[in-house]
Amino acid sequence: MRRYSAFAIAREAARYHTGWERAWRSPAPKKEYDVIIIGAGGHGLATAYYLGKNHGITNIAVLEKGWLGGGNTGRNTTIIRSNYLQDASAAIYEKARSLYETMSQDLNMNVMFSPRGVMMLAQTEAEKRGYLRTAHANALQGVQTDFIPPARVKELVPIINLTGPRYPVLGALWQARGGTARHDAVAWGYARACSDMGMDIIQKCEVTGIEQAAGQVTAVQTTRGRIGCGKLAMVVAGHSTALADMAGFRLPIESVPLQALVSEPIKPAINVVVMANTVHGYMSQSDKGELVIGGGADGYNSYTQRGSFHHVEETVRALVETFPMISRLKMMRQWGGIVDMTGDRSPILSRTPLGGCFINAGWGTGGFKSIPGSGWAMAELVANGTPGSLASAFGLERFREGRFIDESVAAGVAH
Amino acid sequence: MLIFECPYCGVMADETELAPGGEAHLTRVGAGADEADFEGYLFHRKNPRGVHFERWRHAAGCGKWFHAARDTMNLEVFGTYSAQVFAPPKELVAVIKKKRPDWEGWV
Repeated sequence: MRRYSAFAIAREAARYHTGWERAWRSPAPKKEYDVIIIGAGGHGLATAYYLGKNHGITNIAVLEKGWLGGGNTGRNTTIIRSNYLQDASAAIYEKARSLYETMSQDLNMNVMFSPRGVMMLAQTEAEKRGYLRTAHANALQGVQTDFIPPARVKELVPIINLTGPRYPVLGALWQARGGTARHDAVAWGYARACSDMGMDIIQKCEVTGIEQAAGQVTAVQTTRGRIGCGKLAMVVAGHSTALADMAGFRLPIESVPLQALVSEPIKPAINVVVMANTVHGYMSQSDKGELVIGGGADGYNSYTQRGSFHHVEETVRALVETFPMISRLKMMRQWGGIVDMTGDRSPILSRTPLGGCFINAGWGTGGFKSIPGSGWAMAELVANGTPGSLASAFGLERFREGRFIDESVAAGVAH
Repeated sequence: MLIFECPYCGVMADETELAPGGEAHLTRVGAGADEADFEGYLFHRKNPRGVHFERWRHAAGCGKWFHAARDTMNLEVFGTYSAQVFAPPKELVAVIKKKRPDWEGWV
């Protein structure tokens, strides 16, 4: 792999850009791999990358039904934060956030990580008490967050309306080290690094069946033939239930659309990420100048990759009250991604009833920010067969044992 | 936008006046059931790609719970029926089977 650098740009500029290589190979599938990962989104590719980098396993195929990074990795609002209440979630999200800080150097791909700060507005007394509690919990977990007063909110976000009237801003939970990154570059960077380690990324290859013998997974059937495997990792977000059905076990997951929209581009107006969980809206400004807006999830199962239209109205109504200056902006695009919601709104990183088969699912609305931490923990789980310290609380057995990681209470809807 | 006919008051209600209630016809287990059954009842869901039976409540209307059958892949509504039953009516199952020949059927 030729490294990307300032010199490479100069070299290619001097020869009409004829020397750029393909970022990753597109090989035909081999007969058998040590590990097959289903799903070439951020989480699947990160799992493959850390299996190679941390555990020396490189005989890996990453299978993708559509195209690389074309699911939720390409559909999120790119927010990165780790200000969670529960210890287990704070640990894995903080691991992810810290890996984002050095990801561009690590992958030799500019993922445009921008630690511009994430602000979660407290707009009711109950929410304010909740965030004060989270700030104290974060202090104990070693995650740097502060509860800031309205005056400081106004200083950081001059365009904000503090006085409501329906939901005045009473303060905010502020994580200065949170921010955003370029979502496609994260998937491309991992894919390029994986391909460089000799792993096969096979796109347009849908898994149609899972073969097993004596309780152990032996192969997957795909639209490109049968591929044998020693271990299998399912990392497919919204479509996890369909794969679990093939493998013969049940999941505590329901799939719902979560939607987002972007405005027409405007001059720089807001340089932090603002989340308003009470009124269901969050917003940041992309490098192109578009306001990237995340809305609510539908309350019912759907695989349609488009959300209900009235959620757009609710989201925009809330944001216009919070940021009156955006009231005449036009929205350019709106889309949805299928997120997998678990019973306790926390992810699943787990062994499954099928031997040699592991699952990484249930990230719900918190998928993008967790990509490197999730891949790191999943690689540990797949390589060793047992979860490490990051993944141990996220096993499937917690639903039977009642050990929930109850973040839906802590984080409201915008996870 | 989803529109259901409320089987109780007859109103064609859109989703803004309805509250979703999740998968229908779950087998309710009680005290004394084993832990695996209880886990299934509380958490495991079919989450199908296709025909789905659900509970809904006409929250901003007559307030009654009812059942609905719907396709999760394209949001087509097959029909609604009373909440006072343990399985979907045979006529509705026949209608769905006709529209979706590949559907495994009501199980």
